[in-house]
Amino acid sequence: MSERIVELEVLRYNPETDSEPRYQRYSVPCMNEWVVLDALNHVKESIDPTLSYRWSCHMAVCGSCGMMINGEPKLACKAFLREYDGVIRVEPLANFPIQRDLVTVIDDFVNKLKRVKPYLIPKEAPPLEAGEFRQSPAELKRYKQYTLCINCMLCYAACPEYGLVPKFIGPAAISLAHRYNEDSRDGGREERQQEIASNEGVWECSFVGACSEVCPEHVDPAGALQQIKIKSTVDWYKEHVMPWSKK
Amino acid sequence: MSANGKPYVREVSRYGWFLRNPRYRRYMAREVTCVFIGLHALILLVALKRLSEGREAWGAFLHNLTGPAGVVLQLVILAFAVYHSTSWFNVTPKAMPVQIGEQFLPGAVIIGAHYAAWLIATVTVLFLAGAF
Repeated sequence: MSERIVELEVLRYNPETDSEPRYQRYSVPCMNEWVVLDALNHVKESIDPTLSYRWSCHMAVCGSCGMMINGEPKLACKAFLREYDGVIRVEPLANFPIQRDLVTVIDDFVNKLKRVKPYLIPKEAPPLEAGEFRQSPAELKRYKQYTLCINCMLCYAACPEYGLVPKFIGPAAISLAHRYNEDSRDGGREERQQEIASNEGVWECSFVGACSEVCPEHVDPAGALQQIKIKSTVDWYKEHVMPWSKK
Repeated sequence: MSANGKPYVREVSRYGWFLRNPRYRRYMAREVTCVFIGLHALILLVALKRLSEGREAWGAFLHNLTGPAGVVLQLVILAFAVYHSTSWFNVTPKAMPVQIGEQFLPGAVIIGAHYAAWLIATVTVLFLAGAF
């Protein structure tokens, strides 16, 4: 196991003392198999205990350690140091306000997530004796990839639309709405359409596709949003051209 | 929740944001090339107008269109139109996934179907125009 000195340039911001963020350099002795999160942990433990950042699982499951690494939205626990040359610039996730150092304010995302009702809304509540909701493997496959979202918000940091128009509900929240809309056990599409088929919903998306490119779990939010656009368009035609037909 | 101090908001430049990243530049290239599709539609409209104005106007229009400047213009339009169209074809599997049983049709098949439809449309138009 080889060790090398890695130069980290970390964006620091202390809301109590700083008027704007500044970069701070750290020289970190790193092992070859380390990820950026390991280097940050080393800084916190041995060099500068004031450095703030979020992390939890260290295995790309919790979605806490999203940050900009050399300008790309990445999970710090999945960004191997050996894949970078020279100074590695670490900044808080783009498009979110900075709380402190690498910690961002994520209230906007959490509120949007609530708005799209990302939970099962059954068509009707069957009696308990009716047993479990049954689903075929094909019905599961239909939405399964969207269940893999870990709410890491990398897609929001990659989305130029969200950066320019913050009211946009955004990739992850809309994809989770799609996940439930596509679920054969669900009957809540009508309710979710109020939010996701609005101007702040899918129609704010111009299909840059960056969200899908940066997703660490290979979810395809861009796909979900385009599919919702098509279905919403079909809804509109049904309503206006064929008012006699039910949605 | 925000702490005692104020969170810092980084401003996003309204102009030039797309220069930041190659994937944004690719997106802009796809979007901007639609102007050339519009330009071609405009040429078709002018053609209709000249046609309605009589044989002489139509002849002059054709003469301009088949002259060096006209040919270069159309080649440029064709190049950008091909880029625009193919960049859209290549993202169709995202918008129109086809599920058969437990499997999704590979993206290449969906993209290929678009190219095939394009080929058929082109051959049909050329046939109607008497190219064969």
